[in-house]
Amino acid sequence: MRTRLVTVLLALITAFLVIPGAAATADEQGGESLHGQIGQPDDRDQGVEGIGITVFQGDDEIEAVTTDSDGIWEVELPEPGTYRVVVDQESVPSEYAVRETALLVDGEAEVEVESNDRRMLIVVLTEAGAAAEEEAETEAAEEGGEATPTDAEEAPSDDEAVEVEGVSGGFGERFVQLSAAGVLFGLVIAVSAIGLSLIFGTTQIINFSHGDMVTFGAMMALLFSSGAAGMGNSLLAIFAGLGVAILLGAFMEGRLGRTTLIVLQWSSVLGGIALATALGVLGDDIGWRVPLWAAAAIAVVMGAVLGGTMERYLWRPLRKRNVALIQMFIVSIGVALVLRHVILVLFGANRTRYAGYQVQELVHIGPVSMPPRDLVIIAVAVVVLVLVACLLQFTRIGKAMRAVSDNRDLAESSGIDVDRVTLYVWLLGGGLASLGGVLFGLNQVVDYEMGFRLLLLMFAAVILGGLGTAYGAMVGGLAVGLVAMLSTLWFPAQLMNAWALALMILMLLLRPQGLLGSRERVG
Amino acid sequence: MDIFMILAEAARSAVGPIAAIYALAAVGLNLHFGYTGLLNFGQVGFMLVGAYGVGISVAVFDLPVAVGFLVGLGCAVVLALLLGIPTLRLRADYLAITTIAAAEVLRLVYRAGFAEPLTKGVYGLQNLSSGFREVNPFDAGGRYGVGAITFTGNQMWLMTVTWGLVALFLLITWLLIHSPWGRVIKGIREDEDAVRSLGKNVFAYKMQALVLGGLIGALAGAMLAVHQGAIQPDQFKPQVTFFLWVILLLGGAGRVFGPVLGSMAFWFLMSFTDGFLKGLGREGLLPFLSGPDYGAIQLAFAGLMLVLLIVFRPQGLIGDRKEMLINVK
Repeated sequence: MRTRLVTVLLALITAFLVIPGAAATADEQGGESLHGQIGQPDDRDQGVEGIGITVFQGDDEIEAVTTDSDGIWEVELPEPGTYRVVVDQESVPSEYAVRETALLVDGEAEVEVESNDRRMLIVVLTEAGAAAEEEAETEAAEEGGEATPTDAEEAPSDDEAVEVEGVSGGFGERFVQLSAAGVLFGLVIAVSAIGLSLIFGTTQIINFSHGDMVTFGAMMALLFSSGAAGMGNSLLAIFAGLGVAILLGAFMEGRLGRTTLIVLQWSSVLGGIALATALGVLGDDIGWRVPLWAAAAIAVVMGAVLGGTMERYLWRPLRKRNVALIQMFIVSIGVALVLRHVILVLFGANRTRYAGYQVQELVHIGPVSMPPRDLVIIAVAVVVLVLVACLLQFTRIGKAMRAVSDNRDLAESSGIDVDRVTLYVWLLGGGLASLGGVLFGLNQVVDYEMGFRLLLLMFAAVILGGLGTAYGAMVGGLAVGLVAMLSTLWFPAQLMNAWALALMILMLLLRPQGLLGSRERVG
Repeated sequence: MDIFMILAEAARSAVGPIAAIYALAAVGLNLHFGYTGLLNFGQVGFMLVGAYGVGISVAVFDLPVAVGFLVGLGCAVVLALLLGIPTLRLRADYLAITTIAAAEVLRLVYRAGFAEPLTKGVYGLQNLSSGFREVNPFDAGGRYGVGAITFTGNQMWLMTVTWGLVALFLLITWLLIHSPWGRVIKGIREDEDAVRSLGKNVFAYKMQALVLGGLIGALAGAMLAVHQGAIQPDQFKPQVTFFLWVILLLGGAGRVFGPVLGSMAFWFLMSFTDGFLKGLGREGLLPFLSGPDYGAIQLAFAGLMLVLLIVFRPQGLIGDRKEMLINVK
C-alpha cells in the first residue's frame, strides 16, 4: 500500500512536470532589489508604460528606470539600507495621478531594504482629479458606512469583495438588487458546497481541498474556452487515463481477476501519462477551442475525475490504514496547497475573465436588472440543484448516498457497497465543485485563489445548514449569499465575507447542528 | 551552480530570524495541538494581533516598543477568550473551521477601509523597528557569523532575543508539562470524558492552554513586526498557519523540542529548494518555469510534505508514534 501511494504521487508529479507550462525565461534573483508594478486605476492588470522611477541612497542616484509595457519596474540595489524612491510625476500620463499613501508622499518614499530582500513598493495611480473626490468618498464611508459596492471597488486591491453590477438608486431599489445578487451568489455557493457536505456525510472528512477543486473547474473551463493547446491536450489525456482507471475499478471489480484489474488500471493511468507526454511534445500543433458551455461540460467531467481520483488513490487507502479523521483533515490541507500551487504554476497568477460575456446590456425584470449571463447562471444553478435533489430523493444511488451519510455502519450492514457509494459521492462532489467554479468565474473573475476565498463561505454554508446534509448545504448557501450581499447595504463591501463567517460562528453558538441537522451531541 | 553556497544559505535560514519567529509561534501551537489536542487553525490570527499591537502602538501612537508588546499580548488574551468561549465546547473539527474563519475575519477587518486610521489598510504600517534597534548591543553595521553564514548586527540582536524567548518558553512548556496541570491537559488530549469524570473542569483547562499558546503566538507576531519594520494585513494569510502545522508535525507534536527542530528543518528545506530551483533555472535547465513559479513550487512542496508526513511519519522527526495515533474526537 505504501509503495503504491508513493508511486501515484510520483507519477502525478512527473506528469505535471512534463506538461509544458508558459514558456518564459527564468529571471535571476539574488541580492537586494526594489520592484513593483504600476497598473491603470480601473484595471490593475493593465500596466502603464513609461513611468520614470529613480532610486537614491542618500544623495547618490543608484539607478533610474522606466516601467515596461506591463507596468513592471525593478531596481537592483548594491546593499541593504534605506533608499529613497522618487516617482517622476512628469512621466505619469496626464489622465492619471499618483495616489498618496502613508509611505508615498508627494511621489517620494523612504524604504528600508533588508539583506536579500526583494522588496515590493506599491505605487497606485488614480484618475486625475479623482484624488480629492475619493478622499471625500472614503470619509463618507467612514461616517455612514453607506458606501455602495461600486464605490468600494475603487479601494485598493479589494479582491476580498465580490462585485455587483448595476447597483444604484435608493435604499429600496438597492435592497432588491442586492437580494437578487445575494440569491445568485448563494446559488453558486450552494452548487459548490453540496459536494463538501455529502463528502463529510459519507466519509466524515472535512475536505479542505474542495475550494481548490472549484478553482480547478473554473481554470479548466477557461483553458478549453480560450484555446486548448499543448497543455490542454496533455491534461485531457492524463484525466482520461485516470477516469478509465476509476471506471474500471468501479464496474469491473469482482468480474475480473484482481491482478488483471490492477494491470488494466495501471496501464490506463500510465497510458494517459505517456499520451500526455507525447501531446506535450507536439505542443501547440493540435490547437482547438470550444464555446464556454462545452468547455464547462469538459471541466465538470474533469472535476468529477479529479474527485474520483482523490477518493480512489488517496482517501480510500488512508481509510483502510485507519488514519484518524484529524490526520485526514490535515492531509486535505496539504492536498489543497499542492493543488492550488500546481494550478498557479500552470496558469499563472493573472485574474482573467471568460471572454465574450463581460459587457452585456442589463435586462430589466420588474425592479431587478441583471446582465443575461447572471440570469443564465441562476437558471443553470437552479436546474442543477433540482436535479441533484431528485437524484438524492428518488434514485437508488441517491437513496444509498443518503443512507451512508446517515449511518455508515448501518448502511454497510444492510448490504450497500459503501466504498462504491463513496466513490460516486466524490465523483458527484467533484463535478459540482467544478460547475460551481465555472459559474463563480463567469460572475466574477478567475484566479488561482478564487476557490480558497469561496471555501470559507462554503464551510459557513454547510455548517449553517447542517454538516452532512445535502439540503442543508442548499439552504445554508442561500442564507450565506444573502447575508454577504445584504450586509453591503450598511457596511463596507470589503467586510461582506466577514459577516458570512460571523453568521457561521453565531450559528455554532446557538445551534451547532445547523438548521437542518439532526440533534446529536456535537459538543 | 554552487551547491555549497546553496547549502550555506539554507543553513543560514535554518538559524535565521524567520526560523526563530516561526519556532516561537509553533511552540504556542504545540501547546494547543501537541499537548491539549486543540485543532487551532487560526494561530496566524494571534500573530496578527501581536504584530498590530506593536505596529499601532509604535507607528500611530508613538509609544515605546515595550508598551506595544504589552498591547499585543493583551489583544491576544482577548482574542483567545472570544474564540474559546463559543468553540471549546464543540467537537474538534468545528474548532478548526471556526479558528481559521476567525483569523480570516481578523485579517479582513484589519485591511478594511474603515479601520484605515489605525491600520493604514492594505498598505500596512511602516518604521516599527527603530525603538527595538536602539537597544541593540551589537554593531548595526557589522557582520557576525562563521564562514559563509553571516548576519548583520540588527539581525543578530533580533535572533538573540527571539531564540532567547524560544528557550524561555521551551523551559516553561517543559515545567508545565511535568506539572499536575500538564498531566491534566495531556489527559484531555487522550480522553476528554475520562478527565471530566475525574472531576476536572475540562473547559477551564482548555481555555488556559488556548490563552497561553495564543500569547506565545502573539509574541511571535510582535517579533515579526520588529524584524520586518513594516507589516501588511495580507502577510497574515492562512498559509502561515499551514506552515506552522508543517513545522509542528515535521518536528514532532507533543515534544518539547519538536517545534524548534521542525522550524529549523522546515526553513532549511524551503531555502534549499528555493536556491536549488533558482540554481537550476540559472543553468537553463527549467526553461518552462518563470521567476514567480519557484515560490509556488515551494508552497506545493510544503503541501506535499504535509501529506507525506501525516501518511508515513505522523510522529515527525522526534515524536512518539503512540502519542500521535489518538483519534481526537
